[in-house]
Amino acid sequence: MEASSTSVREVAPSAEQVLGAAQRHIGEKLIRVVLTLAAGVTILVTLGIIASLVGETLAFFQDEAVTVKEFLTGDTWTPLFSEPEFGIRPLVQGTLIISLIGLAVAIPLGLGTAIYLSEYAPRRVRQTVKPTLELLAGVPTVVFGYFALTFFTPKVLGDLAGLDVSVFNGLAGGIIVGIMIVPTIASVAEDAMTAVPQGLREGAYGVGASRRQVSTRVVFPAALSGIVAAIVLGASRAVGETMIVLIAAGQVPTTSLDPTGPMETMTAFIGATGKGDVPTGSTGYKAIFAVGFTLFVMTLLINAVAIRFVRRYRQVYE
Amino acid sequence: MSALDPAASSPLALDARATLGAARRSVAVRDRLFVALLLVLTSIGLIVLAALLIDTGIDGFPKISADFLTSFPSAFPAKAGIESALVGTLWLMAVVAAVIVPLGVATALYLEEYADHLKWWNRVVEVNIQNLAAVPSIVYGILGLAFIVRGPLGLGRTVLAGGLTLSLVVLPVVIVTAREAIRAVPPSIKEGALALGCTQWQAIWKQLLPASIPGIATGVILSLSRAIGETAPLILVGAATFVAFNPTGLDSAFTALPLQIFSWISQPKEEFQALAAAAIVVLLVVLIMLNAVAIWLRNRYQKRW
Repeated sequence: MEASSTSVREVAPSAEQVLGAAQRHIGEKLIRVVLTLAAGVTILVTLGIIASLVGETLAFFQDEAVTVKEFLTGDTWTPLFSEPEFGIRPLVQGTLIISLIGLAVAIPLGLGTAIYLSEYAPRRVRQTVKPTLELLAGVPTVVFGYFALTFFTPKVLGDLAGLDVSVFNGLAGGIIVGIMIVPTIASVAEDAMTAVPQGLREGAYGVGASRRQVSTRVVFPAALSGIVAAIVLGASRAVGETMIVLIAAGQVPTTSLDPTGPMETMTAFIGATGKGDVPTGSTGYKAIFAVGFTLFVMTLLINAVAIRFVRRYRQVYE
Repeated sequence: MSALDPAASSPLALDARATLGAARRSVAVRDRLFVALLLVLTSIGLIVLAALLIDTGIDGFPKISADFLTSFPSAFPAKAGIESALVGTLWLMAVVAAVIVPLGVATALYLEEYADHLKWWNRVVEVNIQNLAAVPSIVYGILGLAFIVRGPLGLGRTVLAGGLTLSLVVLPVVIVTAREAIRAVPPSIKEGALALGCTQWQAIWKQLLPASIPGIATGVILSLSRAIGETAPLILVGAATFVAFNPTGLDSAFTALPLQIFSWISQPKEEFQALAAAAIVVLLVVLIMLNAVAIWLRNRYQKRW
């Protein structure tokens, strides 16, 4: 920073200047070290997550009441009962059903929005719709949970659709989770579609294709890996969503496939159990970590797929 | 597609003209149906957003008053308010901002200006950040519970523990947006400084950072607004649900707006649902104000190079 005072005309560097340069050199190195350490923190966070999950999960399986076989194959999950059972299947199944319902809602809505914004919408419409979608993306999930419980279940599913749903049900949870991930899917898919070179579209128009044909048969296939990435990212958010399902889908671990009844996801179990003051070291406390570990591995696998697809579409056109 | 498709139909057919005309009409009809479908699909998301805002507004607005903002939670719905939750949320945001700004900007600078991207460890850092961004927030809650509240750091159920946990949740977002802001500054700015004899850090500190501050600030504010709404990690880090006092320091017990909302939603009594709606209205107003500031910053200070 003292460099500006140095005169250019001086030929031989004075002792002070040499010293200053040396100090600067050390300063530069120090800054580099500090910045590298900051970047290292992100690695520490990942290691911390893995360490905290694995440590307590191992302790969970060392508990005499628990066996790995029961955890993976049992179909009853009652870790806090006096005679506990630890089959994780109801939680995994609840997570999958709710995520699938969510995707069934979010894929058509998200992709429809993406095609409309990328291929059809006039500039002004796009400038209104995109910030509104960002607003939707910014709504805290606890608010979506409230909406699902107090409006969507009784008014839309009950009164409007005439379904006989319980107060807590997987269907409302799943649909609202779907609405929550629409902005994610729409924005990633739209990015991928916008990245398709204009020349491809013009070529198709040149041989007489209509706008719909260009959208569905040229742009859509050309952007496919980005679209898959969008869907996979949405799936990962659906699997990891906590508040909506905790509030609206209930806390009853079940192997029933009926979405109009209550069901519990992995995240909802973690939230519901973590809320009460579970004593450290109890089997219930360790169960939080075992379920968390299962959830972490599931989302890690999904993310790995998503990252691969995103990289692929970036390579093609950017 | 059917034989009516112009690309598929043979131009040599005798009734080529008629076929082509019919084909064009059928394409036109399908095109219109397709646009209509897209419009319906696009508007559903927006309609749900509108329904959500209107429904909570109707439930919540009548409850909002000066008393509601300046009372503590209570077992009696008529007396209950959100003061401790609001103050708790402010404390959390202060901690989050103090953590994510230096950490996020430093990491972004390292990745953009110092890291050699051919080295495997730098690629590991990048992929790791991408992964962290997609880790469910409740998993951060587990980390916070095991390592920050209990375990190595052992901070207890305090403001500091909650703030640190939320910081980790939003850190990847801050890093990504800060990197974008830094990358948006043309290299010629920094190169000019280097050519005049600045050291690398001088060029970064005096030229690159000032030019990217609006972008970074926007990212930080958006991250804060995400942190404000996060509920799941706080449940695990164990902000108590009934806190009838304001936090007095970093080592104080606390509650926060989304937690207070969740705790009221969980109450069976109807009156508490209305309180939850009112608190949601307050939360959404805070969020919209933050977002407005971010958009204003972006438009006001963003330079076109």
